[in-house]
Amino acid sequence: MKTKNKKITKKNREIMLITWMFTLLFLGLAGYITYYSVTHQQELMSNSYNGRQQILIAKNTRGRILAADGSVLAQTILDSEGNEKREYPYQNLFSHVVGYATNGRMGVEAQANYYLIHSNAPLSQKAALDVSGEKYPGDDVYTTLDVNLQEVASKALGVYQGAVVVTEPDTGKVLAMVSKPDFNPEQIADIWDDLIQDDESSILLNRASQGLYPPGSTFKIVMALEYIRENPDTYQNYHYTCNGSITREESRIQCYHGSVHGAVDFQRSFAKSCNTSFANIGLSLNRDEFGKTLNALLFNEKLPVAFQSNISRVEVSDETIDSDMMQVSIGQGTTSITPLLLNMITCAIANQGILMKPYLIDYVQNSAENKVKTFEPDRYGKLMEENEAEALKGLMIDVVEEGTASKLKGLSYTAAGKTGSAEYGTVKGESHAWFTGFAPAEDPEVCVTVIIEGAGAGGDYAVPIAKRIFDAYFGT
Amino acid sequence: MELYVSEFSKYVIALLITLYTYECFAVFRYDEEEQRNGIYTRQNLLMFALHFSCFLVICFETGDITYLFFYAFQQIVLYAVIVLYRMLYPGSNRLVVNNMCMLLAIGFCILTRLDMNKAIKQFIIASGSLVIALVIPFFIHKFKFLKKLKWVYVLVGIAALSVVMILGQTTYGSKLSYSIAGITFQPSEFVKILFVFYVASALYESSGFFEVFTTAVAAGAHVIVLVISKDLGSALIFFIVYVLMVFVATKNYFYLLAGILGGSGAAYIAYRVFTHVQVRVQAWRDPWSVIDSAGYQITQSLFAISSGGWFGLGLCKGTPEAIPFVEADFIFSAIAEEFGILFAVCLILICVSCFIMFMNISVRLNDKFYQLTAFGLGVTYIFQVFLTIGGGTKFIPLTGVTLPFISYGGSSVLTTLVMFAVIEGLYMIRLDEKEQMRLARVEKAKKKKKRSAPKRRLQRISEAAWEENEGTDTEYPAGDMIEDEE
Repeated sequence: MKTKNKKITKKNREIMLITWMFTLLFLGLAGYITYYSVTHQQELMSNSYNGRQQILIAKNTRGRILAADGSVLAQTILDSEGNEKREYPYQNLFSHVVGYATNGRMGVEAQANYYLIHSNAPLSQKAALDVSGEKYPGDDVYTTLDVNLQEVASKALGVYQGAVVVTEPDTGKVLAMVSKPDFNPEQIADIWDDLIQDDESSILLNRASQGLYPPGSTFKIVMALEYIRENPDTYQNYHYTCNGSITREESRIQCYHGSVHGAVDFQRSFAKSCNTSFANIGLSLNRDEFGKTLNALLFNEKLPVAFQSNISRVEVSDETIDSDMMQVSIGQGTTSITPLLLNMITCAIANQGILMKPYLIDYVQNSAENKVKTFEPDRYGKLMEENEAEALKGLMIDVVEEGTASKLKGLSYTAAGKTGSAEYGTVKGESHAWFTGFAPAEDPEVCVTVIIEGAGAGGDYAVPIAKRIFDAYFGT
Repeated sequence: MELYVSEFSKYVIALLITLYTYECFAVFRYDEEEQRNGIYTRQNLLMFALHFSCFLVICFETGDITYLFFYAFQQIVLYAVIVLYRMLYPGSNRLVVNNMCMLLAIGFCILTRLDMNKAIKQFIIASGSLVIALVIPFFIHKFKFLKKLKWVYVLVGIAALSVVMILGQTTYGSKLSYSIAGITFQPSEFVKILFVFYVASALYESSGFFEVFTTAVAAGAHVIVLVISKDLGSALIFFIVYVLMVFVATKNYFYLLAGILGGSGAAYIAYRVFTHVQVRVQAWRDPWSVIDSAGYQITQSLFAISSGGWFGLGLCKGTPEAIPFVEADFIFSAIAEEFGILFAVCLILICVSCFIMFMNISVRLNDKFYQLTAFGLGVTYIFQVFLTIGGGTKFIPLTGVTLPFISYGGSSVLTTLVMFAVIEGLYMIRLDEKEQMRLARVEKAKKKKKRSAPKRRLQRISEAAWEENEGTDTEYPAGDMIEDEE
């Protein structure tokens, strides 16, 4: 029998070939359909052209959004007339991060829309609701957010415009994310017209993940990393004498507020945030290699996060001229960064060089409190070597011990960080106050990034806010 | 209650189709139809269970019990087909009949759910077509002059297509059909079969350059008429079927290569010349940027496919009617949405099993005309399936052809039924060939016995020499092809 089959196939090799070809083609097609439908399910469901969304909304009550401790951040209730109303118990507090679900969607409301409009309630409950003619309860989304930290951060920012990001470096959990000015998501429909007409303060922008700012002196973290990378054995021998300014190609860089730092080494240049010394360091770098380092640090690309974020920009290559290079070295010029990316780089330093992807949604559960979906901490990769991270950590500890962030010195925990005062606009002297850092330095648990728009020096304005958040975290 | 039925039935239906699909491939483990009987019976049971489950869900979901009457009619017709084929053609291939009925049943279910009126119309046409198709195996089996009619096939084919080109009704930019006495025909469907017969009859005796050239001219005429009518999907089917049939007839890889290169060139020219081709390609590459216009259908189809998950939303639970022309061009997407991806993949595999069975029959036919016909029809079928499923899922650009047996469309159902019936006829021809060979061998054995001993030894030596030469020879004496099977 076998030989017979062999003979037949041998004689009709061409037909067999075509048969195999089509069979493989269809296996490919089936594989493609399966892969496509599974990987695009959520994305396609949220497309506004997809009418299925409306059907689910009509069938299920939108699920709740909760903080890590179970506090309700958003829920749908029925008003006295029996109409559905989305309620945000903390009003303005989570306006950007939790977002809103009418007039478009934003924040977790947008990111978790798929889960919120689906219902995995038990069949028995659904059957009972069918009988009483009620809607099914949508699934609840538990976030990683901490109400206390969010409150402290928001209060600390006060009336300033700016943003705060608080994360766990070893997991990537976002504990707090504040953007000011804020708004009350319950009133979004009423204030919508005002909000979108007001392009001055751009209230709807989540400054924490979408705001693009000049990094100022916080960029010296990146500069220091590249210098250590290019001079791994000799960087500690670096010496420079600061006269308060440095000039190349008719371009002049000054130290902040006209300071003159005198003789500085590498560690002191960083701790005192000496602009002239870092311009000097920047000029010595291999610009091609530096460009690669910047891209590896997630500049010029979409961040690996599931929520809305903007792309931070800085371009350095062989073609970068000296005057531009000096501007880049102190985080000015065309360089821009989101508080989120600065926080991620800081987290990588705190976590032995490994970046965990920041995430906001911890798990989703149905009305019977069974978990439908759990999001585990997800490693992005190594942003820098462990010894590089250790060296940067040492520099950042010195910033607290003897540098610009001394307001964090002598506390029950040891903090590490870097300040920045990023000049913006045309008026000389106006600057955004930055701080990014973590604590405890020995075994970092929490990472805080603060920006206050137009406040002044980072050490004076941003560091105290970071301190209040650290205090709240460590319960002191 | 209704909720439990629809949730539970989702998994039952998925299980039934998975088992059925498994059996579709399990048949290829056995060479003889008799050994496969158990499988076929199981398939019939699974099919009836699935068909019943679907209609039960529809009744529960709509709260309308009258659907069960419609189901009863369908069940009677499908059961009758299975029984009649067995009675009239005891030697028929039951996998082909089973798959035919299974695909029709799935089509009835999803059409009933989408549009009851169209489902009834489809059911009536399918029933009539089944009766017509029932006599076809007999004709194929008995009428040996079919291979002599090559001029009839080509002239009727081109004439039918030309009439549409000149007089046809324009549906959505393409001239596809014309009406006689209130019945709308889409001739490109029927002409596919004539075309396969034409190429087979032109190439079976000799497939030298002259024959290839003349058939190329005829094939080109078909394709050009279809392209002018803007029926690009059918044009593509004719082209591929022609190239592959020439390749199999000549066993010449040059023709395959030339066909592929020529086809690519023609496709490129078509892309540059025709704006509606450009629109289709654009809608395939990035439908999202033209979601309001050319990309609307395909994006709605993708929404449907991605919304079902593994087990689907359940019959009547989705919104496949959001896709324009869902019942014809995008029926697969509706199935994926409501029956789920698992079911959709099984459906693809059932179609592939039909194709493999066609090829299996083709390979075993000794008569080259019948072999080419079986091959050509198999390729026509499977390539059409590929175009419609691939087009609806953004795997390839959309061409707008129907999914055989499942899509709404009378011409399509009739044509596919005839196609499957022809295959049944060819299958019986193969059984005849086998029987003749067995008789020939018996004759030979008898003769051998009569021969004297020394002569017999000589015979054996010459036979051995023959065996050795076999590897290099392409033509065998008929008697050697089939060996002991029983």
